[in-house]
Amino acid sequence: MNILIPVLTLTGLGLAFGVGLAIAAKKFCVVTDPRIEKIFKKLPGANCGACGMPGCMGFAEGLIRGKCSVQQCVVAKEEARREIAAILGVEEKEKVKATAVLHCNGGKARVKDRFDYRGPQECIAANLVMGGGLKECVYGCIGYGTCSPICPFGAITMSQEALPVVDMEKCKACNKCVLACPKKLFTLVPVKQNVFVACSSHDSGKDTKAACPVGCIACGLCEKACQFDAIHVIDNLAIIDYNKCTSCAECVKVCPMKTIQVRKGRAG
Amino acid sequence: MDISRIFAIAISMVFINNFILSKFLGLCPFLGVSKESKSALSMGFAVIFVMTSSALITWLIYDFVLLPFNMGYLRTIVFILVIASFVQFIEMVIRKSSPPLYKALGIYLPLITTNCAVLGVTILNVDNFFPGSSALPGSFVYSIFQAFFAGVGFMLALILMSGIRERLELADVPESLQGIPIAFVVASLMSLAFMGFSGFKF
Repeated sequence: MNILIPVLTLTGLGLAFGVGLAIAAKKFCVVTDPRIEKIFKKLPGANCGACGMPGCMGFAEGLIRGKCSVQQCVVAKEEARREIAAILGVEEKEKVKATAVLHCNGGKARVKDRFDYRGPQECIAANLVMGGGLKECVYGCIGYGTCSPICPFGAITMSQEALPVVDMEKCKACNKCVLACPKKLFTLVPVKQNVFVACSSHDSGKDTKAACPVGCIACGLCEKACQFDAIHVIDNLAIIDYNKCTSCAECVKVCPMKTIQVRKGRAG
Repeated sequence: MDISRIFAIAISMVFINNFILSKFLGLCPFLGVSKESKSALSMGFAVIFVMTSSALITWLIYDFVLLPFNMGYLRTIVFILVIASFVQFIEMVIRKSSPPLYKALGIYLPLITTNCAVLGVTILNVDNFFPGSSALPGSFVYSIFQAFFAGVGFMLALILMSGIRERLELADVPESLQGIPIAFVVASLMSLAFMGFSGFKF
C-alpha cells in the first residue's frame, strides 16, 4: 500500500500543474494580429534594423501598434511600402533618401603608418593598438575595410587608396557602417545634399597638416565664404549644418586643402 | 538570520563553488550564449531569476509535500516537474504583462527551464538545509540567497567568457580549433583560475 502514496502525490502534483498551466495559457494568451504576418511578408526580410526595431518582425508589430511608420523602413521598395500602407489603411509619404558618407580622405599614399602592424587585418582590432591605430592621423580611416563586408547591400567597396567608397545607388542608409566604424567616420547625409567635409580630425591645424595633406586645418575660410551660416569650424574641424546648407559649393571653392568636397555620382 | 552566513554563502557560490567553473553545471548555455556580452548579460539575469524563484518554490514543495509523505527520494523528478511548469507559467505571465521584459528575458527562459545548474542549486539547497528530515531554522531565506548568488556566479562566468570570446573572434586561431574547441580550451583555463579559490585537492 505504501507505493500508492508517492504515486498519488506525484499524479496529483502533475495534474495540478497541468491544469494550472492550461488555465494560465487561456488566461494569459496573447492574441496576434493576422496583419502582422501579412506585413512581414511584404517587408524585405533583411533584418537590418535600420528602422530601429528588432528585425522585420519587430517592425511589422510596431506598425500595427502604431509605434512606427512605413517610411522608417528604408529598404522596402516604393511598391511594397504602398501595399503595406494599404494593409494598415494609412497614406504613404515620400521618404527623404539618405546615403552614408565617409568623412576622411587620407588614404594609403597620403597618410603614413606610425609603425609596422602585423595583427589581425581588422579595423576594430587595429584600433585597439597603441591608442588608436597605426596611422599618423588617429582620427582617420584605418583602411582594413571592416565596413565593407558589414554592408548588407554590398554598397561599400575598398578603393586602391584603401578607403571605403559608398555606392550611392546601392546604399540604403541602414546605419550599419556608421555603427561599425571604430573611428566613427560615416554619417548619413540626405541625397540632395552634395557638399561634405572629408575629414574628421580634431587636431590643431599644424598637427593635421603634418599628418595628412588633405585634412581640415581649421583655417575658417569656409565659414567666411558661406552666405547661409551653414558651416562652422568647431573644435578644429569644419562641420556642415545640413538644415541650412544649400549645396552652393562656395566653401568647396575656397577650401585650401580641398577637404570640403562635392559628392560624386549624384543620385536622383 | 545571520548576515555573516549569507556573506559566506555569497562568496562560496560566486567564487569558490562557482556553478560553471567549479561544479561544471550548466555548460550548455555557458558555451551557447556566450558569443556576445549583451545576450550573456540578459541570459545571466534570466538565470538569476529562474534560480531564485525555483529555490523558493522547491523549498516549499520539499518541506510541505515531499517530507510529510516521506518521499524525499523522488525530489529530482518532482523538482524537474515543478521548475518546468513554474518557468512555463512565468513565461506566459511576462509575455502578457510586459512585452519589453519578454523580449529581454523571455527568449532565454525556455533554454533554462530544466537546466542542470537550476536543478543543481535546488538539490544543493535540500542537501545543505535539510539534514535528517527537517528544515534548519532560517533555511528558507538561506536557500533563496544561495540560489540567488549561484545565479550571480553563473552570470559572472558567462560575462567573463563572452568578453574573452568577443576578443577571440579577432584572434588567429588554428583551423582545427576554431569555434567550440577553442571555447572549451578557454573555459578550462578559466576553470583552473577559479580552482585557485578553493585550492587543488588531489
